[in-house]
Amino acid sequence: MLYADKPLVEISGLSKSYGKHHVLNDLSLTIQPGIHALLGPNGAGKTTLVNILSTLIPYDSGTVRVLGLDPQHQRSQLQGLISLTGQYAAVDGRLTGMENMLMMGQLFGLSRRDTKRRADDLLERFELTAASGKRVVTYSGGMRRKLDIAASLIAGPQLIFLDEPTTGLDTRSRQALWDEISVLAEAGTSIFLTTQYLEEADVLAERIMVLHGGRIVADGTASELKDRVGGSTIQVHDGAGHIIETLPTQGSAQEVAHALSALAQERPDVGITVRRPTLDEVFLELTGEPVTDQNDKQKENAPA
Amino acid sequence: MTGLRIFSARSLKHSFRDGESLLMAVLLPLMLMLIFTFIFGESIAAGQGGDRSDYLAYVLPAIALTAAGFGASYTAVVVSNDMTTGFMNRLRTMPFPAVTVLLGHTVSSMVRNLLATAVVVGVAFALGFRTDASVGQFLGAVGLISLWILVITVVFAVLGMIAGSAEAASGYGFILLFLPYMSSGFAPVETMPGWLRGFAGHQPMTPIIDSSRALLNGQTPGSEWWIGILWCVGFIAVAVWLAAVIFPKKVAR
Repeated sequence: MLYADKPLVEISGLSKSYGKHHVLNDLSLTIQPGIHALLGPNGAGKTTLVNILSTLIPYDSGTVRVLGLDPQHQRSQLQGLISLTGQYAAVDGRLTGMENMLMMGQLFGLSRRDTKRRADDLLERFELTAASGKRVVTYSGGMRRKLDIAASLIAGPQLIFLDEPTTGLDTRSRQALWDEISVLAEAGTSIFLTTQYLEEADVLAERIMVLHGGRIVADGTASELKDRVGGSTIQVHDGAGHIIETLPTQGSAQEVAHALSALAQERPDVGITVRRPTLDEVFLELTGEPVTDQNDKQKENAPA
Repeated sequence: MTGLRIFSARSLKHSFRDGESLLMAVLLPLMLMLIFTFIFGESIAAGQGGDRSDYLAYVLPAIALTAAGFGASYTAVVVSNDMTTGFMNRLRTMPFPAVTVLLGHTVSSMVRNLLATAVVVGVAFALGFRTDASVGQFLGAVGLISLWILVITVVFAVLGMIAGSAEAASGYGFILLFLPYMSSGFAPVETMPGWLRGFAGHQPMTPIIDSSRALLNGQTPGSEWWIGILWCVGFIAVAVWLAAVIFPKKVAR
C-alpha cells in the first residue's frame, strides 16, 4: 500500500471557526491505520472535523494530513483514496440500489465491467442483492444505510469516514451494521467513525478519541480510558443484590483473593463483583456532560 | 465529461420515472393551447380584426414558453433536493467537480422542455396552424425558444441552490411563471394600460416572443431579436456567476 508508512491522520494545531463560534480549537491528533471512533456530545464538532478531513470544508489554521495528503491543498489526490458516509444518506431515492452503485462506480472512473462486478459483490455482502432492482425510496432506514456504505466502498477506498452511521436506526439494524463495519475493518479498510453512542465506540473501535470543547480531551482504547478515570472497585452486595460496601482495587488476583477470604469469614452470605467504570462514567468525568440518551437522539431524528 | 453524461442520464431517469411530473409537462401546454385558442381566441382576435386561427398563430410561442417555464421550475426542486441531502456532500468528496450534477439537471430540463415544446407545436398543427416558414426560420424560432428555456432553467437552478427546501424553491419561482402574461405573448402590448405597457414592452420575454412568432409565421423578425439574445446571455452570465459563488459555500452541515 502506497500510504502504509504514513499515519492515517495527522493533525496539529487545527482550528476552525464559524464566525465567532470556535468549533475546533488547537486540536492535535495522530492516528495509525485501523478503526477509530470520535466520541462527543451533540455540537462537539465531530461533523466539522470529519468534513475537514474528507475535503468538504476548508480549515482556518494548523496542519492536517490524511494518508499523508493535505485535504485542502491536495484535494483531488486525496479524494480518490477516501469516501464519506455522512449523517444523511447519500443515496439517490429515485434510482434502484444497483443503479446507485453503478453511478458511483463510474463517477470514480471505474470501467462499466469492474463497476458491475464490484457492485454485485458489495450488494451481496450487505445482503441487498434481492432488493438491488428496487428503487431506494422503498428501502427501510437500515437498508438505505447499508446501501450508502456499500456505495462508499465501490472504489475500494483506503479510509472511510462514517459520520454517526447508526443514528436513527433500530437496535437490530444497528447490530447488523456493526457486524458489517467490523468485517470491513478486518478486510483492511481503515475507518474513522463519529458517534455519540458509547456502546458503539466500545464495540467497534480499537481506539476512542473524546472530542470536547474543540479539542481531543482523551484518547486511547476503551480500557485505557476507563483506567484514566479511576481504578476498578470491589463491590460487596448482600443476598438481595444491594451494595453494602465498595472497595477500591487494582483488580489483581491477590487483592481480590484477600478481600474474598476476609469476607468469607465475616459475611459468608454476601456476593462480590469487580466493577470497572463504564464508558458513560468516563465520559461524564472527562467532559462534565452526560452523553445523549439513545432514545432522545432517535426522537430527534424521527421525521416530523 | 463522463460526469456530465452520468448525471444527465440520472436526471432524465428521474424525469421519466416521475410519471406525474411528466404528465403535467405534457398536459399543461395542451390545456393552455386549448384554453387560449377556444376560450379567449375568438374574442381577443376579434379586437384585432382576425379570427381564431390568426390568434393561434399569434399565441403559439407564448404558450411554448409558458409551458417551458413551468417545466423548468421543476429544476429548482431537483437541485434543492440534491443540495439539502447528503448526496451532494458525498459528491463533493469525490475526485471530480460536484457542480457537474447541476449541468446534468440542466441538460435534462432542456430535453424535457423541448419535448413539451414539440407537444405545443404538434397540437397547434392539429388545431389547424399552418405556416410558410422555411426550415431555417423554423429552426431559428426553436433556437430562440431553447435559449429562453435555458435561461429559465439556470435561473431556477440558482433558486434551488439558494432556497432552504424544495418547497420554497418552487415557491420562489412562481412569480416567474407569470412573466409571459405580462408580455406581448398573449395580447399586443399596445392594448395594455400605460403603466403596464412600459414593463410589458421592455421585459426580456417580449423580444424573444416577437421574434420567434415572426420566424414561426415565415416572416423576418425586426432588430429586436438581438435584444432578446442579449437578455438571455445576461441572465445566463449572472446565474452562472451566482452559482459559482454560492455552490462551494453550500455544504450541508
